[in-house]
Amino acid sequence: MASDGVVLREGVALRPQPGGGSSDRDAHNSGSTIHSGSAVWSLCWREMLRFVRQRNRIVGAIGQPVLFWALFGAGLGPTFQLAGAGTDVSYREYFFPGTLALILLFTAIFSTISIIEDRREGFLQSVLVAPIPRWSMVLGKVLGGTVLAVAQGWLFLALGLTVGMKFSLPGVAAAGLFSFVVAFALTALGFVIAWRMDSTQGFHAIMSVFLLPMWLLSGAFFPAESGWLSWVMWANPLTYGVAGLRRLLYLGENAVAGSGWMAALPALAVCLTVTFAFAVATFAMSCWIANKRTTGDLL
Amino acid sequence: MVSAAAVVVSGLVYRYGQRLALDDVSLSIDQGEVFAFLGPNGGGKTTLFRLLSTLIPVQSGEIEILSLDAARQAHQVRRRIGVVFQAPSLDRKLTVAENLWQHARLYGLSGKVFQERRREMLLRFGLADRAGDLVETLSGGLRRRVELAKGLLHRPQLLLLDEPSTGLDPGARADLWEYLHRVRAEDGVTVVLTTHLLEEADKADRLAIMNAGRVVALDTPERLRSMVGGDTISIETPEPAALAASIRERFGREVTVVDGRVRFEQPDGPQWVARLATEFAGRIQSITVGKPTLEDVFIAKTGHRFREAEEVGVGE
Repeated sequence: MASDGVVLREGVALRPQPGGGSSDRDAHNSGSTIHSGSAVWSLCWREMLRFVRQRNRIVGAIGQPVLFWALFGAGLGPTFQLAGAGTDVSYREYFFPGTLALILLFTAIFSTISIIEDRREGFLQSVLVAPIPRWSMVLGKVLGGTVLAVAQGWLFLALGLTVGMKFSLPGVAAAGLFSFVVAFALTALGFVIAWRMDSTQGFHAIMSVFLLPMWLLSGAFFPAESGWLSWVMWANPLTYGVAGLRRLLYLGENAVAGSGWMAALPALAVCLTVTFAFAVATFAMSCWIANKRTTGDLL
Repeated sequence: MVSAAAVVVSGLVYRYGQRLALDDVSLSIDQGEVFAFLGPNGGGKTTLFRLLSTLIPVQSGEIEILSLDAARQAHQVRRRIGVVFQAPSLDRKLTVAENLWQHARLYGLSGKVFQERRREMLLRFGLADRAGDLVETLSGGLRRRVELAKGLLHRPQLLLLDEPSTGLDPGARADLWEYLHRVRAEDGVTVVLTTHLLEEADKADRLAIMNAGRVVALDTPERLRSMVGGDTISIETPEPAALAASIRERFGREVTVVDGRVRFEQPDGPQWVARLATEFAGRIQSITVGKPTLEDVFIAKTGHRFREAEEVGVGE
């Protein structure tokens, strides 16, 4: 044990402690929670600083989904008809929560791709040998990505209010809060994928064959009707995120919320539960994978 | 009781898959020492650095750092060591001050104490007027100084550096050494570094020469050189093997052929020049006599040249 009794924590300078051995452990325990929290916050803040210093990332993360939304809305709008209608929901409106999910997904992806850069540029090494638990490093990264995603999601939600959607104001606020959970789950999922990758190209491949299809089959782009595709959609955790956003947006708007196609979506409680579980599961996986010290941590 | 050793390594073995990177390494580094691991690339020093910095877990053997077990008490070890990696660990998109802030948070420093330390580090490393600059705009030498400032910000008792002078021009290299010696003198920090540069290892208090995963020699640079004995005589000749055989036969000396040159060590080098020149006139193109260098130590211990070892050494 540290019989020299040297303590270093929370701004306490190196100083011999007359008490000897046990003081080291006590000091460490009492300071560790605040210390970890402060480390999480600093890593999260760093993500934001980096984001605003790389403006092109904003264009990629929000520009493309908004463009999709406008173009698909215009192109598919005239032929789009929801089953069991009775409500006049345009494709632009149908596609809105899906676009929101896409913005969250894109930002999540862009911010977790930076793990690969952190590793390659060497920054990650210094975090790996810092006296913080690995979960706090994961949480800092995932929270940073989440906050960025949610901020952009809110911009898009604000846009939705101005272009004549039938969403309610409390609905938009509730969807705004729920997007935090969806974004957290997606960022943590991105973390799991990016952690072991050694190139951003590899991440792009995963994005095309896994993440984008996951989004396409979440009810974001078209509703689940029947057949095998609908089974895949029910099994996709993101389906519950998109359905949750959709249900929340129409909070209090009973004309739309009570229509047949909305009734076919999973219930709100199910959406919330599954999405929370998805977030917890992906975060747990992130911590687990980051906790394994292997030679993969090396440059 | 304060233990005198900053680092105690015993029976350390490390493998990357099948490849043996460290083969039963044992050594001890005193507190307040400037200690260098010298070896060709692939010699095992980077692996040892990674183990000491707790970046990779101990597979077999033991590492004690500042009287703590590096395997079981990694967290406590991490609070007490400063690590400067070979690859820069700064965030280039952040300013110098922001990088220091980020580091402070990871080590649980905040408020007044952090501000004081930051000021102190910026002054000590001549960075005060660059605090607001993005790291990507700094030169290699300045970046290395920021790395040092970062590594020392939390006042570690042990500073570990992996190939610290890589990519630095001679001026910045000299500065680096000045800083390292000052850190040791003023704060009593133990400095442990790896290097593949012979002239750099010469500046350490003690050094361990590593080759093929083993420590082949460990002592002060002076004593290592005197171990080789006297002067090093090196002969250039068109027929090194034959000449070596003749010298062995005629004088009964231990002679080696390294890199196409015949070489051996003698206490009275200059006298040997005359003796060899008369004895083997016509077979010798040139003779050089010099004080032994660390390279000679390396040759004496491993039987081959330092650069050669680097070329055949498997990359880490």
